[in-house]
Amino acid sequence: MISLSEYLLLGALLFVISVAGIFINRKNLIVLLMCIELMLLAVNINFVAFSHFLGDVTGQVFVFFILTVAAAEAAIGLAILIVLFRNRRTIDVEDLDSLKG
Amino acid sequence: MEYNASTLLPLAPEIVLLSAIAVILIVDLFLDQAKRFFTYGLSIAALVMTIAAVMASGSEHSQTLMYGAYVRDAMSDVLKISLLSVGIFAFIYSRAYLMERGLFRGEFYTLGMLAILGMMIMVSAGGFLSLYLGLELLALSLYALVAFDGKSKAGSEAAMKYFVLGALASGMLLYGISMIYGGTGMLDFAGVAKAIASGETDKTVLTFGLVFVLIGISFKFGAVPFHMWAPDVYQGAPVVVTAFLGSVPKIAAFAMAMRILSQGLGGLGPDMGWQGWQGMLVILAVLSVALGNVVALVQDNIKRMLAYSTISHVGFIFMGLLAGAGKGYTSAMFYTIVYALTAVGAFGLLAILSRKGVEAENIHDLKGLNKRSPWLAAMMMLMMFSMAGVPPTVGFFAKLFVLDALINAQMLWLALVAVAFSVIGAFYYLRVVKAMYFDKPISQAPILAGADARIAISVNGLAMLYYGIFPASLLTLCQAAIQSL
Repeated sequence: MISLSEYLLLGALLFVISVAGIFINRKNLIVLLMCIELMLLAVNINFVAFSHFLGDVTGQVFVFFILTVAAAEAAIGLAILIVLFRNRRTIDVEDLDSLKG
Repeated sequence: MEYNASTLLPLAPEIVLLSAIAVILIVDLFLDQAKRFFTYGLSIAALVMTIAAVMASGSEHSQTLMYGAYVRDAMSDVLKISLLSVGIFAFIYSRAYLMERGLFRGEFYTLGMLAILGMMIMVSAGGFLSLYLGLELLALSLYALVAFDGKSKAGSEAAMKYFVLGALASGMLLYGISMIYGGTGMLDFAGVAKAIASGETDKTVLTFGLVFVLIGISFKFGAVPFHMWAPDVYQGAPVVVTAFLGSVPKIAAFAMAMRILSQGLGGLGPDMGWQGWQGMLVILAVLSVALGNVVALVQDNIKRMLAYSTISHVGFIFMGLLAGAGKGYTSAMFYTIVYALTAVGAFGLLAILSRKGVEAENIHDLKGLNKRSPWLAAMMMLMMFSMAGVPPTVGFFAKLFVLDALINAQMLWLALVAVAFSVIGAFYYLRVVKAMYFDKPISQAPILAGADARIAISVNGLAMLYYGIFPASLLTLCQAAIQSL
C-alpha cells in the first residue's frame, strides 16, 4: 500500500522539477511551456492523493477543472508563442531582452 | 437547496454580462469595419447594464449560493460597481487609440469584458474553486490583450513574459490550495475557517499551504519580490491595455486577498502565538514601498515609472491589510478603489496624447502640455497629485486612512516607513507636473481626442477632487462593506 506521504513526495518532486525548469532553462520557450504543464500536473497528484486519503471527492472535481484550464492555458501560450516567433524569428529565452530598466 | 429562478437572482450581474458578451461576440461578426462603432457602444451599454443589475439585485444580507461557491455581500457589490466603472473608463479611452492603429476590433471589447466577468467571479468567490476559475478567466483574457497588437515586438515579448510568470503564479497558488485542502479537507472559505478554528488541523501543512498561496497573491498584486513582470508588461503592452490591466485587476486582487486571508485563513494570524500571514505581509509591504518608490525615480519611460509606482501603492494596500479587521481593511479597500480610478486616468491620458505613429511613452513627451492643452494638463496634474498624496485630491485621504489605521494598530514604525518613502515618491510625480507646466513643448501638434475621451478624462480627473473634498461618500460604503463580512 502506497502511503499519502509518498504521493505528496512525488507531487513535490515534480513541482520542484518544473519550477527549476522554468528558472534554469535559458534556451527554448517550448520547454518552458512544458514545465508549466508539469507544474499543474504535480498539483493534480496532490489533489487526487489528498482526496483519496480524506475520502472526499471535491478534490477530484477540482482536478477536472485544473485539467480544463491547463488546456486553455496551453492554447493561449502557444498562440502567443506563434505571434512572438512571427515578430522576432526566434523563440530563445535569452533573446527576450528588449524590455528592461 | 432547491433551484428555481429566484435562487439565482443574486447571480444576475454575472448572467447579464455573460449573455451580453455572447450577443456582442456574434453581432460583431456581422459588422463591417465602418460599423465597428456599434460594438463599442454595445460593450459600454453592457457594462452599464451590469452595474444596474448589481444595484437591483443587492440586498442588506449577504447570500450564499451554489453550495457555498458564490457569495454576494456588501463588499462584493461595492467592488463590482467600482471595477465595472473603472472598466468603462478604460474602454472609452481605448477607442481613438485603437482606431488610429487599425486595431479597432470587437475582440478587444469581448476580451476586456470576459476579464471583467472573471474579476466579478473572483470578487464573489465563496471557495477556492470559484476563485481559481475567476482568476484564470481574468488571466487568460489579459494574456491575449497584452499581445493584442500582433505586429508589435515589445507587445509579444511582454505577453510571453506575462504568460510564463502568470502561469507560474497560478501554479504556486494551486499548490498552496492543494495543501490547504489536505490540511482541512475543505475547499470553501467558511469550511476552511471552521476547520482551522476547531484546532484539529495539522499546522505544518497549513503553514506550508499559506506560504504558497501568499506567493500567488503577491504575484497577482505585483508586490516585491514577485514584481518582475509588472514593469515589462506595462511598458510592452499597448497603452490602452496597460490602462486596463494596471487598474481594474487591482480591485479583484484586493478581493482575492480579503477572501483568502481574512475569511479563509483568518485563523492563521498572530493570535495563534506566531506571526501568521501578517508576518510575511510586513516584509512584502516594506520591500514594495521601498523598491517601488526608489526605482521609479530613475525611469524615463512613463509607463515603466507608473509600473514601479503601482508596486509602491501595492505596498500601501498591504499595510492597510496588515492593520487588521475594521479600520485596516476599510482603509485598504478605500485605497484600492482610489488607486484603480487614478491609474486608469493616468494611463488614459497617455492614450489620448498618443497620435498615429507617435506613442506618448516618455516623460519628455509630456513637456509643455499646458501650452498645448491646459485642460488635459490640469487633469494629469490631478492624477499625479492624487498618486503622490497631495491634498485636496483623494489620494491624500487614501494614504491618511492607511496611516491612521496603522497607528491605531500599534504599528508606528510601519507608518513611518510608509511616510518616508511616500516623500521620496512625491519627487517623480512632481517631475511629471514640472515637465507639463515649466518645460517648453517639443511638438506643437494639436491633440486630437474624441468627445467621449475628453468627457471621460474630465469626469475621471474631477472625481479625484470630488472624493478628495467629500471622502466620506466613498468611505462609508467601504465601512459598511467591511462590517458586513
